Amino acid sequence: MYSYTDFDRAYVRERVAQFRAQVERRLDGSLSEEEFRPLRLMNGLYLQLHAYMLRVAIPYGTLSSRQMRQLAMIAERWDKGYGHFTTRQNIQFNWPTLRDVPDILEALADVGMHAIQTSGNTVRNVTADHFAGASADEVADPRPYAELLRQWSTDHPEFQFLPRKFKIGVTGAPNDRAVIRSHDIGLELRRDDAGALGFRVYVGGGLGRTPMVAQELAAFIPERDLLPYVEAILSVYNLLGRRDNKYKARLKIAVHEHGIATIRALVDEAFAERRAQFSGDDHDLLENIKAQFARPELARTDCAPYWKARRADPVFRAWADTNLAAHADPDHAIVTISLKPHGATPGDATADQMRVMADLAQRYGHDELRISHEQNVIVPHVHRADLPAVHDALKAAGLATANVGLVSDIIACPGMDYCSLATARSIPVAQQIATRFDALKLEHEIGSLKIKISGCINACGHHHVGHIGILGLDRAGVENYQITLGGDGTEDTVIGKRAGPGFSADEIVPAVERLVLSYLDLRDSPDETFLQAFRRLGEAPFKDALYPEQARGRRDAA
Amino acid sequence: MSKPFTPKVVTANALVEGDVIYLTADDRWSRALHEAEVIEDEAHAQLRLLDAERQAHAVVGAYLAEVRPGPNGPEPAHFREAFRARGPSNYPHGKQTELSDV
Repeated sequence: MYSYTDFDRAYVRERVAQFRAQVERRLDGSLSEEEFRPLRLMNGLYLQLHAYMLRVAIPYGTLSSRQMRQLAMIAERWDKGYGHFTTRQNIQFNWPTLRDVPDILEALADVGMHAIQTSGNTVRNVTADHFAGASADEVADPRPYAELLRQWSTDHPEFQFLPRKFKIGVTGAPNDRAVIRSHDIGLELRRDDAGALGFRVYVGGGLGRTPMVAQELAAFIPERDLLPYVEAILSVYNLLGRRDNKYKARLKIAVHEHGIATIRALVDEAFAERRAQFSGDDHDLLENIKAQFARPELARTDCAPYWKARRADPVFRAWADTNLAAHADPDHAIVTISLKPHGATPGDATADQMRVMADLAQRYGHDELRISHEQNVIVPHVHRADLPAVHDALKAAGLATANVGLVSDIIACPGMDYCSLATARSIPVAQQIATRFDALKLEHEIGSLKIKISGCINACGHHHVGHIGILGLDRAGVENYQITLGGDGTEDTVIGKRAGPGFSADEIVPAVERLVLSYLDLRDSPDETFLQAFRRLGEAPFKDALYPEQARGRRDAA
Repeated sequence: MSKPFTPKVVTANALVEGDVIYLTADDRWSRALHEAEVIEDEAHAQLRLLDAERQAHAVVGAYLAEVRPGPNGPEPAHFREAFRARGPSNYPHGKQTELSDV
C-alpha cells in the first residue's frame, strides 16, 4: 500500500488547519454561508436533509487495518457509531456537527486520509477494481496508476474549476469490475503485441440524467504517457465543457455534441504539447509507487483445513461458494464481506464491525482491505486454510451473509432518508426486497442478479447498469419507482431500458418479485442467468410479468 | 388567476448540528414542526423568510415549506417534509429519538 511522504503529510495537515480556521470564521459570523459553502465542499462536507455529511476519500478503495480502525473511532466518537460505504468506494458519516469536522479531518490525517476533492467540480476519488493486485485475471495492478493520478490531480491548479465533477476509473483486468465505461475517463490496463503495458482509454461515460456508455478514445496509450494523455483530455474538456448549463456540463455531453473524432483530434493536439512539458519525473514517481503495491509474500501452507470445513459445515460451504473469488494464487482466495445482511442498510457497517474487519485483515489478510463500488468490503489475500476462522469471526459479527452477487446484494444510494437531492427513498426498498427474497428462500436458486436502486435521477445507485434498476421519483407528491431492465456494468456496459409506468412504494417489491419469479419460469436452465434470459427473450415476457393487467388485456383482445 | 396561497412554515437547518429547525411565532427556532408558526398570508410569509435569512449566524438555507393544519399543529404537506420532520426510516436516529427524549 502507498504510504504518505513528508510532502503528502504536510499538505494534508495544512489543509486541515485551513479548514479549521474557515469553520471558526463561519461560526463567529465572519463568513456567510455563500462564502463558506464552496470551502466546506472542497473538504467533502455537505449539508444534507437532517445533518451534515462528511464524505471521506478511500483512494481506489484501498484501506489498511489501521485506517479502518480510525474510521471506527471516528464513527463512535463523532457520529452515531456507524459509517456508510458508497458506490464510489468512499465512506460517508451522516451525523457530524460542524464544530467537530476539523477534529475528524485531523484524525483522518493521522492515518494518511482526507476528504479533499470528494466534492466540487474537480477530479474526484479515482476508483479501481476492488480485486486489484489479487485477481486471477489481472494484467497488472491498476492501483499504482490510480495513486499517480490521485497525486497529480490533487490540488492541480488547472483543474480546480472544471465545468463539472470528473470521475476516472481504472481496471487492470479484462473483466471490468470497476464500471469503467460509466466514468468520464475509463482506463483498461493491457499489453500491446510487444508485451509492453499501456491503456485502452475510454471517454464520455456517465450515468445520471443522461446515461452514456464511454467510447474508445485510444486503443493503446503507453504506460509512460498516462499523465500527459489524461492531462490532454482534461484540458480539452476544461475548454469545451459547457458552463452554461450544469446538466450539460459533463464530458459525456461534450463527446456527444462534438463527436468522438473531433474530441480525439483535439486531445491528440493537446497531447503533443503536454507530453513535451513532462520531464520524466512522473516515470520515476510511478516506479516508486509501484514498489509500494508489490503483492505481499504469500504463505505456502496446506489447504486441508479449508477442504475439511467445506465437507463438515454446509453454512461455511454456502458462504465460500458465494463470497469467495479466484485469487491469482490457487492456495489463496479473495474474500468479499457482505455489508448486505437481509433487511439491513446496504453499505453500512458499525464501528464494531469495522474493527472486526480490520482485525481479520491484520491477522489473515496482509493488512489490506478494499471497499467495492457494490458497497461491500474485501479482504484480498486470504490463505484458504484460514478461511474457516475468518468465517467464524464474521459470523459472530453479523458479517457472514452469503449473498454476494445475488438478489439481496443490492446497491442503494442513501436516497431521501439522508440526501437533500433525492426525490424518493431507496434504502427501505432495498431492505424490503432483501427481506422478501430471504423469506422465499429462493436467493441461491435465482443465482446471479444485480439490483441497483437510486433515489433520484443523478443515479448514485447505478440503476442504469443494474440487471434490474429501480429509480425513485416524486410523482405528484407521492414516491414512485420506475424499473429499468437489462442494464449491465461490466466490460459490455449496457444502459437498461425503462420497462413502463412506475410503481408506488407499496407496489414496487411485489413487482420485482413477479419479475424475478417469471425469470425462474422463463430460463432454459438453472445456468442461464437473469441477464442472459433477458437478452435471449427480449423485454416482452418480463414486461408481461410486471404489468399482468396489460398482458391479460392483450390476451383477451386476441 | 394565480394559485391561492397555501399555509407555510419557515424551515432551515441549524448551523452547527445541521438539524432541521422551524421558526416559531415568538421568534425561536424549534426542532419540532408542531411548534412552528403557521403562516396563512403571503406577504407575511416573505417577511418571516427575510427574518430567518438575516440569522445567518444560526441557520442555513431557510425556505418556506407547505403544511396542512392538524390537531396538534402543522403537519407536512409533502413526504420530503415529513422525512425532514421525523428523521431517516432505516434507524431511529435524529428527531424521532431526540424529540421523544424531551
